[in-house]
Amino acid sequence: VSVLDLDDALWEAMADPTRRNLLDLLVSHGQSTATSLTEEMPVSRQAISKHLVLLERVGLIEGRRHGREVHYNVREQRFAQATNELYEVANRWNRRLRKIKQISEELYAAERSH
Amino acid sequence: MSANGIEHEIQIDAPIDVVWRTITEPKLIERWFSDGVDLEVRAGAVGTLRFCPDSVEEPVLAEVTVVDVDRPHLFSYRWDYPTGERAAPANSILVTFTLTRLEDAKTLFRVTETGLEQLNWSADQERDYTADHLKGWRLHAERLAQLDFTHVESFT
Repeated sequence: VSVLDLDDALWEAMADPTRRNLLDLLVSHGQSTATSLTEEMPVSRQAISKHLVLLERVGLIEGRRHGREVHYNVREQRFAQATNELYEVANRWNRRLRKIKQISEELYAAERSH
Repeated sequence: MSANGIEHEIQIDAPIDVVWRTITEPKLIERWFSDGVDLEVRAGAVGTLRFCPDSVEEPVLAEVTVVDVDRPHLFSYRWDYPTGERAAPANSILVTFTLTRLEDAKTLFRVTETGLEQLNWSADQERDYTADHLKGWRLHAERLAQLDFTHVESFT
């Protein structure tokens, strides 16, 4: 998997530090609302709400309306998929290095057998 | 991983000149890096990498600018800078390959990738950039994956 295979909406969602902080909070709280998330972040409630809508649109979280408030929680399957892909990317250089090692050693073996 | 970038190393059971070829000859680069390589290994040269991911129809092109060449010890280049701009410390990522000769025809090979943290963009700039530049995604994801997802393991 390369990040080029990550869909752009998901990428955009993950690329923003505020949204990553929101995801962190939702992961640790299990469930929360825009109002209580605002108390924990140095960002306006309006901005928090926009970020939550975007995260919901890409499927990373889901919201359920309870009266005047929406309760959000992380959709674990989608989140795990996204973080797995990011993990793959983080390991990309390790994979490339192993490949460079393999190619070099094959070249050397071929040279020596001649 | 170092504090200011990505750093990986590996010991290779091949002489330094062979490893040098693997990382500088386009036909060999294509076996471990991108799907197409148009690159001259000369300081200041501007080349193109072509990526052909399954998810997009058109190949993705990434420009690279060679910074240092000291055969067979050092090779570095900059990339991930905005199309049409000149590569510079403020707008790009520096990738440096360092090769160290070891005994018994072995080589210590190290890669460092730095510069991401100097890209001090606002969220809007970052979003616009990532939306516009497919090639930027993969690089930024690398930073992302290293920074913030310490809690990931509970989900995987």
